[in-house]
Amino acid sequence: MTQKHQLVVDSLSAGYGDKTILEDITLKIAPGQITSIIGANACGKSTLLRTMSRLLTPSKGQVLLDGKSIHKSPTRQLAQTLGLLPQSPTAPEGITVGDLVSRGRYPHQRLMSRWNKADDEAVAKALETTQTTELLEKDVDELSGGQRQRVWIAMALAQETEILLLDEPTTFLDVAHQIEVLDLLVDLNKSRGTTIVLVLHDLNLAARYSDQLIAMQQGRVFTYGTATQVITEATVQTVFGLNNQIVSDPISGSPMVLPIGRHKNTTL
Amino acid sequence: MTNRLDHTVHRVRTGRQRRSKQWTTIVTILCVLAMAVFMITLSIGQSVTPPSQVLRVLLGETVPGASFTVGHLRLPRAVISMLVGMSFGMAGVAFQIMLRNPLASPDIIGVSSGASAAAVFAIIMLNMSGSSVAFFAIFTGLLVALVVYALAFRHGGVTGTRLILVGIGVSAMIESVIVYLLSQAQSWDRQEAMRWLTGSVNSAQLDQAYPLLVSLCIFGGLLLSRARELDALRMGDDTAQALGVRTGMTRITVMVAAVGLIAVSVAITGPIAFVAFLSGPIAMRLIKNNGSLIIPAGLVGACLVMVGDYIGQFLLPSRYPVGVITGALGAPYLIYLIIRVNQKGSAL
Repeated sequence: MTQKHQLVVDSLSAGYGDKTILEDITLKIAPGQITSIIGANACGKSTLLRTMSRLLTPSKGQVLLDGKSIHKSPTRQLAQTLGLLPQSPTAPEGITVGDLVSRGRYPHQRLMSRWNKADDEAVAKALETTQTTELLEKDVDELSGGQRQRVWIAMALAQETEILLLDEPTTFLDVAHQIEVLDLLVDLNKSRGTTIVLVLHDLNLAARYSDQLIAMQQGRVFTYGTATQVITEATVQTVFGLNNQIVSDPISGSPMVLPIGRHKNTTL
Repeated sequence: MTNRLDHTVHRVRTGRQRRSKQWTTIVTILCVLAMAVFMITLSIGQSVTPPSQVLRVLLGETVPGASFTVGHLRLPRAVISMLVGMSFGMAGVAFQIMLRNPLASPDIIGVSSGASAAAVFAIIMLNMSGSSVAFFAIFTGLLVALVVYALAFRHGGVTGTRLILVGIGVSAMIESVIVYLLSQAQSWDRQEAMRWLTGSVNSAQLDQAYPLLVSLCIFGGLLLSRARELDALRMGDDTAQALGVRTGMTRITVMVAAVGLIAVSVAITGPIAFVAFLSGPIAMRLIKNNGSLIIPAGLVGACLVMVGDYIGQFLLPSRYPVGVITGALGAPYLIYLIIRVNQKGSAL
């Protein structure tokens, strides 16, 4: 892969109606890396991701892809570079896996152009990468939560974008499926060099799987950097209001947060 | 690995080809069915005209005994029924897909009755006729659609259920306006009243086919050009937008096209009850997810109106306008849907 696409957030403010949620955010997403956005509920994580994927128009500032504002770029062209998996996508009733994943090819097709080999190949690769080939003829309604999420990721992969944004891709999944999805994202990042930005709830998984972390607090970026830089007792205390102790994750060596509550504490 | 990938590519391709083949098969069957119904309504009525004579009349020959029955009595009804049915079917399914709710059909959320009220007002009060009535109806239909949308707008968006409830309310208000207008008219008969309340092809004339054809070409063409975007909208606005669909622009285009189709038809036959509402779900059952629903729904609509009119004319003890028949078909389905939606969300 040659020059990576640059995604930059420039003094961005955004919100819904009169309510401002994001205030003055400036960020540079590390190309070719996995970045997780973390923070307490309602701190603006999803809003930031939605604005970065042009689902939400900023009230101030801009999001730049290779120097051009994404909110002013032709949306179909943008969809060839920047992909998004929303938090709760809806599958049309009775749709098969193959059909759903194929819809990821939309931005690459013109009104009159027929399906070509490249389209079939992109869909096939997406199915192989997410190990959903065996589900090809199944109805999406029949799948388990983990399978369904992999199918949606396959759809986003069929879009063949260099940047992929995911809004809480592991919510509603049990821990085994969470790991499965995160492993898949790392595979993707390694094999295709895809730049990945995701919103994650689980701090320890975020620390383990991300190259970069963005910690948000009340609509602002509190701190930004590698897991070791971001996951500190002080940061977790401020951002989540949680007493905690940081230890080293014996599996990955990344920092791991141990929450400290009012009960069940034998160190006192 | 490459072998495996090739195999997967093959499976993806066969799946896609199977879907498009199924779509083509169902659409062909629907076309044949529509043509068959068309021919039957032309040849069997109070008297039976052999198909060979029907064909000769259609080709412009003068056939003693058949030219009047087929050419003057039956042909206009059949042609207008078919075109109006197509328009209602296409517009209805477009609204249902766009708002992701089978209840969001233009005849339930007030667009049809709005256009109808405008047509009654234009004809009875302003003595207008022809295309100016259609323009007036289109304009009012759009206005009603916008008003319903605006009233349902809340917290930066519109939810389907809210829009439908507002639409049902607005629709009820407009229907009372129609009744009022009819009561103010100098002279009106029951036929006329039925036409503006539930729809009828009793006064169909062959030259009314031209505006319908033009509307199907322009508005129907516009809808078809947005078929893929509409399909993407079924996965939710966020996903559609992420795929590069201009959701706002698509909505506006689809709304204008669908209201155009509805209004032109309504200006001619009145709002034939529930055809727009029924065609989409029937087409959905037949096509499943194998392709665009717009053309299939149009064909289903055409069949519904032609069959409905035929039943109303010949198969019941006395004659009823087509809207009464389609209304009787649609109402139970409406009740079923309301119960079902209450239980588990929407289907389309």
